[in-house]
This record gives sequence, C-alpha cells and structure tokens, in this order.
Amino acid sequence: MSRVVELARLMQGNEAAAEGALAAGVRFFAGYPITPSTEVAEIMAERLPRLGGKFIQMEDEIAGMAAIIGASLGGVKSLTATSGPGFSLMQENIGFAAMAEVPCVIVNVQRSGPSTGMPTAPAQGDVMQARWGTHGDHPIIALCPSSVREAYDLAVRAVNLAEKYRVPVILLMDEVIGHLRERVVPPPPDELEIVSRREPREAPADYYAYRAGADGVPPMANFGAGYRYHVTGLAHDEKGNPTNDPATAEALLLRLHDKINRNLDDILMEDSRSLDDAEIVVLAYGAAARPARQAVKEARQRNIKAGLYRPLTLWPFPTAGVERLARQAKTIIVPEMNLGQYRIEVERTVRGRAQVVGVNRVNGELMAPGEILQAILEVAQA
Amino acid sequence: MMEELERYLRKDRFPHMWCPGCGNGIVLGCMLKAIKKLDLDQDRTVIVGGIGCSSRAVGYLDFNTLHTTHGRALAYATGIKLARPELNVIVISGDGDATAIGGNHFIHAARRNIDLTLVLFNNSIYGMTGGQYSPLTPAGKKATTAPYGTIEPGFDASELARAAGATFVGRGTTYHTELLTGLILKGIQNKGFSLIESVNACPTAFGRRNKMKGGTEMLLWQKENAIHINRAGQLSKDELEGKIVIGELHSYEAPEYTELYDKLIADVRQETPGPSIKPLKVK
Repeated sequence: MSRVVELARLMQGNEAAAEGALAAGVRFFAGYPITPSTEVAEIMAERLPRLGGKFIQMEDEIAGMAAIIGASLGGVKSLTATSGPGFSLMQENIGFAAMAEVPCVIVNVQRSGPSTGMPTAPAQGDVMQARWGTHGDHPIIALCPSSVREAYDLAVRAVNLAEKYRVPVILLMDEVIGHLRERVVPPPPDELEIVSRREPREAPADYYAYRAGADGVPPMANFGAGYRYHVTGLAHDEKGNPTNDPATAEALLLRLHDKINRNLDDILMEDSRSLDDAEIVVLAYGAAARPARQAVKEARQRNIKAGLYRPLTLWPFPTAGVERLARQAKTIIVPEMNLGQYRIEVERTVRGRAQVVGVNRVNGELMAPGEILQAILEVAQA
Repeated sequence: MMEELERYLRKDRFPHMWCPGCGNGIVLGCMLKAIKKLDLDQDRTVIVGGIGCSSRAVGYLDFNTLHTTHGRALAYATGIKLARPELNVIVISGDGDATAIGGNHFIHAARRNIDLTLVLFNNSIYGMTGGQYSPLTPAGKKATTAPYGTIEPGFDASELARAAGATFVGRGTTYHTELLTGLILKGIQNKGFSLIESVNACPTAFGRRNKMKGGTEMLLWQKENAIHINRAGQLSKDELEGKIVIGELHSYEAPEYTELYDKLIADVRQETPGPSIKPLKVK
C-alpha cells in the first residue's frame, strides 16, 4: 500500500500560519499590510485564488476585520493577520464577532510597542490586549505557538475552535516565531481534524439564531441558506433581535462565557518538560518558551529540579494547570518579553502558595537562556 | 401597494423607533418598492446597516440582515459580496455613518466598483445621539455641537462617490418618492457600486434647531429647493446656490470587482502551477 508523505520544508512561521489556516479550510482573507505579519497576507494573495478562495487588501485593519466577519457570515472560513497597531484598530470589530458569535481567526504577530514602537523587533506586549482589547466582558480564545510547526498546528486548531464555538480566535504569534525558519513536515491533509460550524437542521420558521443547545453554541445558518435572521452587536434575544431587557441581556452574556468555560478540556492545550518532580517551574509561552526550555535543560544538568510548563492556550487562562503548579512548586518563574502581563494572572491563581518571579525584557530583543537560568540559579541558591 | 410590501417587513418588530415627521420610513418604503419591482429573492438578499437612526431599518426588514459597527457597514458588506457574489447586497447608512467615521470605506468601496448598493439617508445630522453636526450638515447650520452654526463646509456625497469611482450615482428626496424609488431600482440593477443619496428630514434633531418647523414643512422645503438634473444644466451657479440637484447624476460602465476576481481565479487556475514541492508517494 502506498501512502502520500509530505516532504520536509524549510518554512517560515508566518508561512506556517498561512498554510495551516488554508489546510483547515480558510478560503477568505482580508487584511492590511503591517510588519512583521505581512507575509501572511502575501501568501494568501498568492495561494487563495488558486484554491478558488478570495483575498482582498482592505483600506485599513478596521475594514479587514469587518470584511472577514462579513465573509464568515456568508459561510466561508475567514482569516486576517496583523501586528500591534493593526490589532488595536481591529478591537471594536473583534468585539462584534464575539457578541454576534461569528467564527473568525486573527493572527497577531506581536512587535515591540506601545504605539509604533520598534516595528521589526519582537515582543509579547499584546497578551492582555488579546484577552481584554475590546470593550465589555467578552469571551475569547488565544493560542500561542513557540515553533514554526506549532504555528501550523495552532492555525489549524484556531480555525477549528472558531468554527466549533462561534468565537473569534487570536493566533498570538510574535516576531521571532513569525520570521523564524525551521524544518517542518506538514501533517498529511487526510490526518488533519477539520471542524466546520454546525448548521441548523430545523425548518427556517423554527430557527432561533441564538438559541443554544446543551453545549452553549447555537447552530449557525449562513447568509443565503434560506434562514432569514438578524445579526447585531446590540444585546439581542434568541431570535437575534435587539433588546434592552436586563434578564435577556444578562442571559446572553453569561451564555457567551459559559460556552467557553464549560469546554475548557477541549480548548486548553499545554506542554511540559521535566515537570514531574520539579520544584522550580518555568512558565513560558511563545518565543520566550524557547530559551526557557534551554534554561531548564541546563538547570537539570546542574541537578536542580527545574521544569517547564508551557500553555499553548493563553486565553482562557489555564487555571487548573496553574493550580497544579501552585501545589507542586516552590517557585514559578515567568519569563516574558513584556513587563509581566501573564505573571499577574499566575500570581492571582497561585495566591501566595508558591513564590512567583518574573523575568522580563522590553528592549526588543529575544530573551536569552542565560538570563532565565540565572533566575533559576538564584532561586535554587536562596 | 402597502400590503404587497408587508411581506418584506418583520411586523413583530413594530412599532419602529423613529420620531414623528422622520423621513426614514419614506426612504425605506421607496427601497422596498424597488425591491418588489425587481422581485428580489428575500433569501438571497442581504441588507447591511451601520449605526444610527437610519441603519436601524435593517432590523425591521425580513431579509438576511446585518447591523454592524459605526461606519463599517460597507466593509462588512464588501466581505459578504466578495465571499458570496451571487447574493444581492444592499447597504443602509446615514450621513454621519457613511461620510465621517465610514468615509474611508465609502471611497474605497466606490473605487473598487464592487456590486453594492448604498442607500444613504442624508438628514444632515446625527439624530440618534441627539443632533450633532455631520460632514453633510450645510455650513452655517446649527447643531448641539455647533450651537453658533457650523463653520465647516460639507461634503457633496454624490460628487465624492462619483470621483472615487462609483458607476451609478443618484440623488432624490423624501418628497420625490417616485424618483427615489426609480433611482434605488437602477442602483440595484447596476452591476457595480451605486450610491443613492436621499435628502431626508429630521425635524427633531435638525429642523427644530434650524427654524424649519415640522416634518411637513421640511418636505415642502425639499419640494421648493430641489431641481432636477435636466433643468439644473440651464441654471447659473448663482441660481443653483443652496439648491439640491436631484435625479440620475452619474452612470458609467466599468468592470465590477467580484467579476474581476472570479476571472482572476479562472485565469490562475488555468495556468500551469509554478514549481512547488509535491508530496512523495512511498511504499
């Protein structure tokens, strides 16, 4: 029996995100050029028409985000890609997608900020913005890769989660991962799990666009499919019609959060190294997880019981995973290329049961293993 | 006629939210008459609105309806139309929504000549927030944010759309309903970007503050001050000062965006794909 084997390729992180999204069925891209994410748009412009899909360069990131929501309502899996300043501009419409439950994926290749910052330099300064960038209490999922292959896999996963839970999903990359080139063997297409939105089975007259079943996710009728309904960013009832009724508005908001919170087992992904007996745990994500892994390895060589915990799903926060660390570890070290945005969440969960130490860098350079190792050694010797 | 239009309404959503004397219902009626005459399939028609009094109309209409964020209706509509070119896409937007916060999307949708029909409800004011001046408020008029009269010149939205690349531009008023209906009909028929600007009365937030009395008087003002394009050509610039030129202002043939994109897809799929890494077959 013969089987198809994909050849290894030297692939860039941004390319992997684009190819992963295409493999997951994305056939629409709208965006605006911005360093260091532009390669995603360029690849989409070249690849999509060949696949029968559509690419459009919009007048700004606000329009890019709006257009992918429109295309997704039309039934086409949709993607945009941007970086810090563009991510800021997208926030209002990301909130719309969360409120109106329109599946879509936003790739944010983080660069040094605030403002224009250092456009070609890496950072992890958008961690909190990915969670709370748009106004109001809203659900969100953010995934964070640490390698090129993982950018591919998490792009597939991001599309799947967006479709399954009808929620905007942020693929939170950074300039290091976006521009990194690594050897990648893409998974064979027939081995990929591809998820598409659940469509209604009932007759149009019986369809309530925002009435959810047991999983909290309403089936989604695509525009043009014969189900005429209303989509709005206003608080709305199960028909989708606007309302100011306090009970209806509250029930909607609680369901939007509940559909994520009750499916954490499915949504949360994590990775770990030498964690079993670890007394010092390095909790790291994205580019910072690469030097963190090296630092843990070197600490082990010095007989220090160090381990790595790496959340791939940054949001929703992996509370149960960090709870485990709080019970097990004496110290949790959180290296970040920001001033401690995720560390605050770790401290909030740990509640003093373990020491939480930040290693932070905001100079536009990638963290080095040595500075994380230094933190491990200081803790071990204390 | 009214009964024939009821099939296009979500009657359980009434009463509507508009003030007595508001022109929005008149424009909406003209739009539905045009849709009726064209016999558009409700299942295959999408109506997109922005934010503001007029944009709320989409909630009353029994189509695939999308009420978006402020100013962005055309950007959402662009995504829908490009993803699903076979759907009819009509956009409803107010003057502030379309030409202030949404001004960028307005000129770029026109530039692309994407097959969208924008029905612009121009009441010269932000009604929903209580009467602030917009880019289409005529210079000198009063608003809550221009208590001494606005010192900013206004846009000519129709001229702006024409210059940006729209292939059909028409202007009507809520007094000249037959004309307005015909313009919307032609706009929907046009394969490309169409703007139909409707001069619309807002007695509550604009008329009251500018000594124009009530809705009836504002309709009569439209009657007195509108000049059809066929007659406007015979008048001097001075004679046209302060007048509203109505009718079919601009009509032009140019390639439509989604058709160009479909052709692009067909072309690149016919080409031999360039060198790329192909999967290996192994035993």
